[in-house]
Amino acid sequence: MPEIRISQPQSQPEVDPIPQQAPADAVPQEHSAIRRHLLGRGNSAIADGIFKVLMALCALSIFAIVVLIAAELIQRSQLSWHAFGFKFFYKTYIDPTTGLPSYWDPVNNYFSALPFVYGTLVSSFLSLLLAVPLAVGVAVFITEMCPEFLRAPLAFLTELLAAIPSIIYGLWAFFVLVPLLREYVNPVLIKGLGWTGLFDDTNPTGLGYFASGVILAVMILPIISSLTREVMTAVPHSQREAVLAMGATRWEMIRMGVLRNARVGIVGAIILGLGRALGETMAVTMVIGNTPQISRSLLATGSSMASVIANEFTEAVSDMHLSALIEIGLALFIVTIIVNATARLLVWAVTRGAPTTQH
Amino acid sequence: MPQEHQFRTRLRWLVDKAATSLAVTATILVILPLGAIFVYLIIKGASSLNVDFFTKIPAPVGEAGGGMANAIVGSVALLALASLIGVPIGIGGGIYLAEFGRGTKLANAIRFTADVLNGVPSIVMGLAAYALIVVPQHHFSAFAGGVALGIMMVPTICRTTEEMLLMVPHNVREAALGLGVPNWRAVLSITVKTASPGIITGCMLAFARVAGETAPLIFTALGNDFWSTSLKEPIAALPLQIWIYAQSPYDEWHRLAWAGALVLIVLIVLAVSLVRFVTSRGVLKGAS
Repeated sequence: MPEIRISQPQSQPEVDPIPQQAPADAVPQEHSAIRRHLLGRGNSAIADGIFKVLMALCALSIFAIVVLIAAELIQRSQLSWHAFGFKFFYKTYIDPTTGLPSYWDPVNNYFSALPFVYGTLVSSFLSLLLAVPLAVGVAVFITEMCPEFLRAPLAFLTELLAAIPSIIYGLWAFFVLVPLLREYVNPVLIKGLGWTGLFDDTNPTGLGYFASGVILAVMILPIISSLTREVMTAVPHSQREAVLAMGATRWEMIRMGVLRNARVGIVGAIILGLGRALGETMAVTMVIGNTPQISRSLLATGSSMASVIANEFTEAVSDMHLSALIEIGLALFIVTIIVNATARLLVWAVTRGAPTTQH
Repeated sequence: MPQEHQFRTRLRWLVDKAATSLAVTATILVILPLGAIFVYLIIKGASSLNVDFFTKIPAPVGEAGGGMANAIVGSVALLALASLIGVPIGIGGGIYLAEFGRGTKLANAIRFTADVLNGVPSIVMGLAAYALIVVPQHHFSAFAGGVALGIMMVPTICRTTEEMLLMVPHNVREAALGLGVPNWRAVLSITVKTASPGIITGCMLAFARVAGETAPLIFTALGNDFWSTSLKEPIAALPLQIWIYAQSPYDEWHRLAWAGALVLIVLIVLAVSLVRFVTSRGVLKGAS
């Protein structure tokens, strides 16, 4: 001990034993406090692995849901598929007693989805016709024209429109919009555009394709307008500045600098709105009239694919009827998947690579 | 020449003004129905709201009075079940997409599928739940309705969770991992916690969307005129009850439908704004 002290003359006797004992006691099992703590908790690699697998399972369940829906719908619609095949979607039967075309007769057990496909297409395209100009107008106003302090409230209001449940739209359409159309709008349409054959006054209720097209337009407006806004925001500012620098007016700047650059994305937004309109159920069911027929007049009552399912499913007694309704659901599923996939690809093609936030 | 030039300038000015006023008109036309719906809901709904509405079950046909207490309870039960299914799976999927699958082909495919699934009509979800649960069990049940709603919540929550997690800066993760925290713990208590306001908002939006859904419940939960809290029995739900009443020929029931619609929208708006309020203050204030 004294020799060691001589070799380290500066160190004090009370303090130095610690550095000395460390090498003496340094058996390999001894670790630092942090390392000991970490080892004491066990190996986290297993926990990490399990966690990753769990999260992956959650993510994969989205695939599983799609596959499960498709499998169930295909399985339960076998009966009607085997009975009618592809004719299910276009065949017209003739009612033996009246001699008129008939499509959907649960009593005599023949089913054709033609009037429902027609009703869905007519009401959806009508809604697009009404909603697209308005939605693009709103998007243009909010992103390019309106004063800064109005921008957030207006965006919020249009989003709020999307948060209202479909059943409330239906309720409002049934009790407020339909009487309004019946009293004021339909007579004008019949008088002014009756010669086209698209508007005739055989249906005094006000229900029908036109009413459902109008309420659908209100419902798909927010989705089209918010996506259009997103796409327009993604157009780089340099494009606007370049057009303005050429001496363009504001509208010319919007038309050439913004809308032209954003057109693919706007088409995507419109298709996405179409997807929403095709599958919309409750509001349409309440105002379309629910008659399985095809009429040229937009003011006539009809039925859509979603509305016939909502209306008849719980009352269907025969297996064939149920199976036919499920087949309509399957068709709706496939069509909306295709429509949505197309729309997403278009929107993605435009917003990809664009800065996420601007303004 | 200058004359023509002046004319062109004037024309362009006019077109510009016309376009501007068209855009303004469009905006007003869009805000109009929103205002109209709320005004009608408040006028028609508030006049039929009373204590009975919240405490009594529907009255038999022809009798005055009655309420929707069972439908409110039923909606709460259905939504609780749906959240129990949809929230964990959705958040888990979002965590996978943002933390583990970033940039991989699998993650891109899942993201795309989630977006597409989001657009599948709710009535198709109801059909699937019918085929999956109601048919094997041979009876309508609250459970089937809850599952249908839960499935609908998954894609929305998954995508918003992912987006919120992507906004968490990388150095937060690195700091956690640098302290020797295991990865799962770092994700759950650091990354997810930082992004939690956004994730909660996303969950609430999915919740609000599902809360008003009627179509998937028609042939799963079916509706019920009496008290029921059993998951194995058909159960009443607020949107379903509104639909049944609106279709009825009785004025009394129409009034109840309006009142129900008002309660439904107030509940939805309250839920969303409450969560927004709570999460926008205090320690939870984070990435979003």
